[in-house]
Amino acid sequence: MAKITFIQPDGSQQVVEANPGVTVMEAARLNRVPGIEAECGGACACATCHVYVDPGWAEKTGKAAPMEEDMLDFAFDVRPESRLCCQIKVVSDLDGLILRVPGKQF
Amino acid sequence: MTVNQFANGASAPIETDCVIIGAGPVGLFAVFELGLVDIKAHVVDILGKPGGQCSELYPEKPIYDIPALPVVTGQELTDRLMEQIKPFGATFHLGERIDSLKRLPDLRFQLETDAGKTFITKTVVVAAGGGSFTPKRPPLAGIEAYEGKSVFYSIRRMEEFRSHDVLIVGGGDSALDWTLNLQPIANSVTLLHRRDEFRGAPHSVEQMRALVADGKVALKIGQVTALEGQDGQLSGVTIQTGAATEQLKIDRMMPFFGLTMKLGPIANWGINLEENLIKVDTATFETNEPGIYAVGDINTYPGKLKLILSGFHEVALMAQAAQKLVTPGKKVIFQYTTSSSSLQKKLGVK
Ligand SMILES: Cc1cc2nc3c(=O)[nH]c(=O)nc-3n(C[C@H](O)[C@H](O)[C@H](O)COP(=O)(O)OP(=O)(O)OC[C@H]3O[C@@H](n4cnc5c(N)ncnc54)[C@H](O)[C@@H]3O)c2cc1C
Ligand code: FES
Repeated sequence: MAKITFIQPDGSQQVVEANPGVTVMEAARLNRVPGIEAECGGACACATCHVYVDPGWAEKTGKAAPMEEDMLDFAFDVRPESRLCCQIKVVSDLDGLILRVPGKQF
Repeated sequence: MTVNQFANGASAPIETDCVIIGAGPVGLFAVFELGLVDIKAHVVDILGKPGGQCSELYPEKPIYDIPALPVVTGQELTDRLMEQIKPFGATFHLGERIDSLKRLPDLRFQLETDAGKTFITKTVVVAAGGGSFTPKRPPLAGIEAYEGKSVFYSIRRMEEFRSHDVLIVGGGDSALDWTLNLQPIANSVTLLHRRDEFRGAPHSVEQMRALVADGKVALKIGQVTALEGQDGQLSGVTIQTGAATEQLKIDRMMPFFGLTMKLGPIANWGINLEENLIKVDTATFETNEPGIYAVGDINTYPGKLKLILSGFHEVALMAQAAQKLVTPGKKVIFQYTTSSSSLQKKLGVK
């Protein structure tokens, strides 16, 4: 079990418990985290599951793969810490992960 | 050339038995099932190509749950459906959106597209999936006021851009193509992208780079953060490039951030909806409006699954119901394509 904290643009926080093996997007959808639209259901084809990884966690989540980097072109306000959270697999190492949800996905 | 014009310039209505709204996999297979019961269809889709989600969102990804095809990509499935429905000679109207639908006194329906085309039809099959594919709108304050006046997501008339200072935002083929196409006629073209890497066709990237090297196109790496202007007319934008911000004087902007599915005009047609989905009777896939059917991802009923497989089943039953309405009194006999010579004749294999 890994605990993941989502911080909304207004500062409100939601802690979600995720089983290793699912993607962070799936954990967010299961727990109805607002702002994670995930229109394509995790196929890296929509860029509506965009999040900002807390700087302290960037090393553990790793960098976006080239396909994800291409898809990020369709997201707004992309920053160095941007990821598409359907491409982050939950592992026990990510227990405590902190993510910020952007103002708007589209 | 046939002269087929009304006095007001709009073309004469197309009269038909059936209009299918949406050329996704389910709309395409509807052509097949309707064809078997002698209903010829017109198919309309806002996308410039058939296949719906399969060809737009995941052309190269594998699908594993199409019966008898252990694996097939979204594009392959589309291509195979197009081949399978060929004998039925459906007419495709791509790049057009059905905007309005109303019932006529003779109980048929009148449909209009955003390009001014009119259909008069006995039946309507709504195979609209998750809704029409619409360009994503950048979340910039006040952008709505500029849309269609100085902010455009597609180009119907190049002349709109002649002698203007144009900002194109994005890094894919649309952004590159319009950079190349507008450069000769615009006063200036600036291409803005979040990174110095472009997904577009290598040839277009090369051409764009050459124009930048010649000083004919300005390339900026960054993002738009604010719009300036009045009464729908842009006068400039603020962009962020790395840590710095910069003002750009431009009066036309084209953002290219891909497409999203929006229910769109369907909500205004008097069809019963439940959370943006159309309620149907599972024996006929008819909506609350007799003669209007809904199949595929757009419909809902107890136990509904948004699967291509389920959509295929739905169109088979729908076609039987539509036939009773289109050719009332005609005796329907259940037949197999394997053994029925009349079905094989329709398929062009006999
Ligand atoms: C990444 C991904 C993977 C998937 N994998 C699978 C899988 O493995 N197996 C499976 O069974 N399903 C899968 N699906 C789901 C499957 O793609 C959908 O169930 C299927 O596309 C639905 O088909 P449809 O024809 O109902 O609608 P769509 O494919 O959504 O097509 C609807 C079309 O209607 C058009 N339209 C809507 N309104 C209008 C209008 N007013 N005027 C003109 N055109 C209009 C739209 O532009 C669109 O092209 C997947 C989906 C995604 C996104
Ligand atoms: S859910 Fe669509 S890209 Fe992540």
